Amino acid sequence: MNTEDTIKYQPAKADYEGKQEYNIIVYAENRIGLLNRIAIIFSKRKINIESLNTSPSEIEGIHRFNIVITESYEVVRKLARQIEKQVEVLKVYFNTNDEIIWQELALYKVPTEEITEKVTVERLLRQYGASAVVIRKDYTVFAVTGHREETDALVKALEPYELIEFVRSARVAIIKDSASFHDKLKEFEAFEPGDELVENEFLEKGDKIFTM
Amino acid sequence: METAQDTIQQNEIKSSPIQGVGGFKGTGSQMLLNGLIEEGVHTIFGYPGGAIMPIYDALYDYADKLTHILVRHEQGGIHAAQGFARTSGKVGVCFATSGPGATNLVTGLADAQIDSTPLVCITGQVFAHLLGTDAFQETDVINITTPVTKWNYQITDAKEIPEVLAKAFYIAKSGRPGPVLIDITKNAQLQIEEFPEYVKCNHIRSYRPKPKVRVEYIEQAAVLINEAKKPFVLFGQGVILGSAEAEFKAFIEKSGIPAAWTIMGEGAIPTDHPLNVGMLGMHGNYGPNVLTNECDVLIAIGMRFDDRVTGRLDKYAKQAKVIHLDIDPAEIDKNVKAEVGVWGDCKETLPLLTNLVNENKHEDWLAKFRDYNQQEIDQVITPELYPDGDEMTMGEVLRNINEICDGDAIIVTDVGQHQMVACRYAKFNNTRSNVTSGGLGTMGFGLPAAIGAKYGAPNKTVIAIIGDGGFQMTPQELGTIMQFGAAVKILILNNRFLGMVRQWQQLFHEKRYSFVNITSPDFVALAKAYYIEGQMVNERANLRTALETMINHEGSYLLEVMVGRENNVFPMVPQGCSVSEIRLK
Repeated sequence: MNTEDTIKYQPAKADYEGKQEYNIIVYAENRIGLLNRIAIIFSKRKINIESLNTSPSEIEGIHRFNIVITESYEVVRKLARQIEKQVEVLKVYFNTNDEIIWQELALYKVPTEEITEKVTVERLLRQYGASAVVIRKDYTVFAVTGHREETDALVKALEPYELIEFVRSARVAIIKDSASFHDKLKEFEAFEPGDELVENEFLEKGDKIFTM
Repeated sequence: METAQDTIQQNEIKSSPIQGVGGFKGTGSQMLLNGLIEEGVHTIFGYPGGAIMPIYDALYDYADKLTHILVRHEQGGIHAAQGFARTSGKVGVCFATSGPGATNLVTGLADAQIDSTPLVCITGQVFAHLLGTDAFQETDVINITTPVTKWNYQITDAKEIPEVLAKAFYIAKSGRPGPVLIDITKNAQLQIEEFPEYVKCNHIRSYRPKPKVRVEYIEQAAVLINEAKKPFVLFGQGVILGSAEAEFKAFIEKSGIPAAWTIMGEGAIPTDHPLNVGMLGMHGNYGPNVLTNECDVLIAIGMRFDDRVTGRLDKYAKQAKVIHLDIDPAEIDKNVKAEVGVWGDCKETLPLLTNLVNENKHEDWLAKFRDYNQQEIDQVITPELYPDGDEMTMGEVLRNINEICDGDAIIVTDVGQHQMVACRYAKFNNTRSNVTSGGLGTMGFGLPAAIGAKYGAPNKTVIAIIGDGGFQMTPQELGTIMQFGAAVKILILNNRFLGMVRQWQQLFHEKRYSFVNITSPDFVALAKAYYIEGQMVNERANLRTALETMINHEGSYLLEVMVGRENNVFPMVPQGCSVSEIRLK
């Protein structure tokens, strides 16, 4: 890898002083207690986690955490290294919002009677890109995926019609310029020297290596 | 529920207690002890209790292979394990029971975490089916210790024991070392299993003990060093932990660069080495602190720019290009921005760097260090080591120790004024000879750590230098010395104050001495109660003989030296000041 690659992985529009939203993506072993180990890295520094999603990744036994915080580049970089230092963490990436594609899923429960009388379902579906997940006599559940503003807008729109319940998922994000986890690991190798390239060979062979 | 069959099996196992190192059938407890033997452990510091009884029961049969030192408090046990690890370079091991036994380990874990000391701590835990029921002596040890361990794991099934133990030792000692805790529920300790052959761990897919060395960064570092007119090396415990003392010496000798140490790095090169220019930080030497802000290239090796070393960060070495060699990537750019970060084990990186640097002698630059040193000798060191007044100083005690031991003793300190004086003035010829609580500053560390240090280096003279305050935090470990006979020389420097806090109150709080006036028991009588010989000295005329008596005494000895009440440790970089604003008085 040459220096151009190195420069490429300096965040493009990083704000070195001020705070902004950062998406921290952590690949880690699926192990009891690891969430706590990661969470205390934030709480130790009195940093609030705004959104946290954890789910199985494309590689068996490895989970992917998506963590959203508002901090400066310097702080996020240090946090990322502290997280990556944990024994059961494989890799950490961090990106600003414009470097990722992200979505949140929201569910809305409203009385069927209200919406059929006062607003047309069809209009809601079209205007907010919503889909009806369940339609029962007593209530209907709509689902919307999108950015925060979009899911918020439908909350506003439904409030006059007796919104019974609302829930929003944590954020999930995909890094725009990553081809795959494996490729990304190789590219990062140039910027942050490590043994990933060597260890990467073991990624698909969970049972053949020393693991629990 | 234990069946009759289980009981019979267990009795059979007890009758042929120590199994071969290969696969065997036995209890989880026996597996654990066999695993410890496989890992080369011979000394364990511990304290039994309800939830760890099956392990202690198994230990009964291992007396010829494992030495168990019964401490008097679990904190003493873990500090002893730390002392053992620091002088021996091996992993320290301690046992504690669940609940209070485990919580008593927390201070030692935090200390070992911040000072990168390799430990494996085994705690007992209530039966798995009782977890979460607030059972007797149940505490959530895993969550309590997560922030202060490199790794921890709870075992509820004996089958996990060999693998987890192997992993624990590997994690504790590899890369940047640190403490690991394994919590084992009582049922897993009792469980009978067919265990496979014990296999040591050498790879964990998510764990990179050391980053791969990148030659380009070493080349960049070498260019900066070769162009430098006033290069300055700062080294820390990384050199010792990496067993890279010889590589480090070769590097500074070829490049001719003056080198100063953090208190954790002290002893990595001998005190007398011509390129050893002294101690960094708040109570460090005059030259190294002032010249940090004059050097053009700063080469930090295995150190982490603690605030006690850097003083005010925004006025720290701003003129210098910083090269930082560290095994832990999270340390680079953490406090001080590095121009070149050389990630890797300094045992590997230093020889590569030595190859690329030019042979050099920075005579003019070294002369500057000597000039500052002369000022410090005149204004601080001579009055401290050769005082005019009647009151004894801590420094003259250290001078006498140096004259008697000539730098070959292991010096263990507690925390406070005596610690700073000991680190400043003690002479060291050998590595792994300075044992102190650097990062956490744990009062009460000294006595138990000295016990462990003696087991880690049985052929050395071990002197525990402790203040009157710190000694009263863990005096119960005199009982451990009494019972097991660790020949620790206990030197209490008694100024009848909590001296360091008093010094700050004098200098920064208008002498408002708030709760620093501490009274002490008759320490010599206390030692006598534990059948440890000792004496108290309050006149200079008796000091030398008393020190010689202590050091030459067979077995442990306690010497209390009454020193000046209101002596201060200087030089000093006051908090919030730059290192170049260091005060000589």
